Amino acid sequence: MSVRHALLALLSEGPKYGLRLRQEFEAQTGDVWPLNVGQVYSTLHRLEKDGSVESDEVDGTQKRFRITTAGARELDRWLHTPPDAGSPPRDELVMKVQVALRMPGVDVAELLQLHRRHMVQAMQRYTHLKADTPAGDVGLGLVIDAELFRLEAVVRWLDAADARLRHLPDRSWAAAPGEPLADDTPARRRARTTGADR
Amino acid sequence: MSAVLRLQHVSKVYGTGPAAVHALRDIDVAVRGGELVAVMGPSGSGKSTLLTIAGSLEEPTEGAVLIGGEDVSRMSGDDRARVRRRSIGFVFQDFNLLAGLSALENVALALELDGVGTKAARLAAAGTLDELGLGERAGSFPDDLSGGERQRVAIARAIVGDRQLLLADEPTGALDSVNGEAVMRLLRTACKRGMAGVVVTHDAQLASWADRVVFIRDGRIVDETAALDGPEALLANGPPS
Repeated sequence: MSVRHALLALLSEGPKYGLRLRQEFEAQTGDVWPLNVGQVYSTLHRLEKDGSVESDEVDGTQKRFRITTAGARELDRWLHTPPDAGSPPRDELVMKVQVALRMPGVDVAELLQLHRRHMVQAMQRYTHLKADTPAGDVGLGLVIDAELFRLEAVVRWLDAADARLRHLPDRSWAAAPGEPLADDTPARRRARTTGADR
Repeated sequence: MSAVLRLQHVSKVYGTGPAAVHALRDIDVAVRGGELVAVMGPSGSGKSTLLTIAGSLEEPTEGAVLIGGEDVSRMSGDDRARVRRRSIGFVFQDFNLLAGLSALENVALALELDGVGTKAARLAAAGTLDELGLGERAGSFPDDLSGGERQRVAIARAIVGDRQLLLADEPTGALDSVNGEAVMRLLRTACKRGMAGVVVTHDAQLASWADRVVFIRDGRIVDETAALDGPEALLANGPPS
């Protein structure tokens, strides 16, 4: 989530004070993505320096911010630019499981279950928050759904990893010492370059 | 609150000798009134067998099944059927409604089979359908209802009367995400009102509606989630970038 563009979006509705911007941002994301005041003001400062917002001082204390034409153009460009889906990150959980496969004495199925439990617990907290959220609160519903789908994808990967390993003879997956981690094979490097394994 | 459902050292074996299949091994689970528990596991893990044994549709090979404190595994077939009709509501993925009966008649039938008079049964059924937002669809037949509506009728049939135990097998499997969510809200509400609920699923999103998730593998319970620490724990996550 880009705080910079979220603030520009809120300012596109009209001029606002920094504190109000923070309140509106958190109201839209239901406190799931908390934002501290310092973050709001440092982002506004950068936006002002870049010419995307301008401010005036009211009562000599608080600044009121408004979006400029350049800021509106930047916001529009951001809205229409697809998020980066081409370069898969090195997923920490995938790496942990890859490492576990090479380590003697590690019960990989148990490790997968431990991570599955943590993911499901996180999903429970989001789902229960959703259950207590009024149906009309679309903003919060969208944020919670996004988190749930993200976590569900991890659980599904764990299930798939589990199923894959169960179909192999015992520990036949373990790499011999000195072999590269499976994340660093030519096929994996190719996939990272092309984004094919997303 | 004491346990409405208790499985004690339950095992289930199909077949004998080298062909024997151990579907469940030494299962211990207790579900209190007011609690929704999800049993999560892959296909073939034993979760549906667990549900049919909990619902007294099948007998365990070993162990005891207590519903409302009564050991149904030692009852005669007739007595088991009585407990099943009076105390347990079932919700399945494919709804299992009778096509020749209206929504109201489908729900009322659950009570009539238990000896409740037709008039009283229909009154109770109408009240339950109304609570689930289906009051105006009471006279419709299953074929005239959407998938989401059919599953809500099935839930009404499962919770009508004074049932204590709600058992659901992949109840949202045939529904889209909006209708699936509506179904889980209803199941959760029924449990909050005092029923004990068990839902079996392979789906993490569905399981996450439960107060507690029990993980089953190869017929054994291998793990379960900790007690929930409330949504405020979500705020422990770092701020957005």
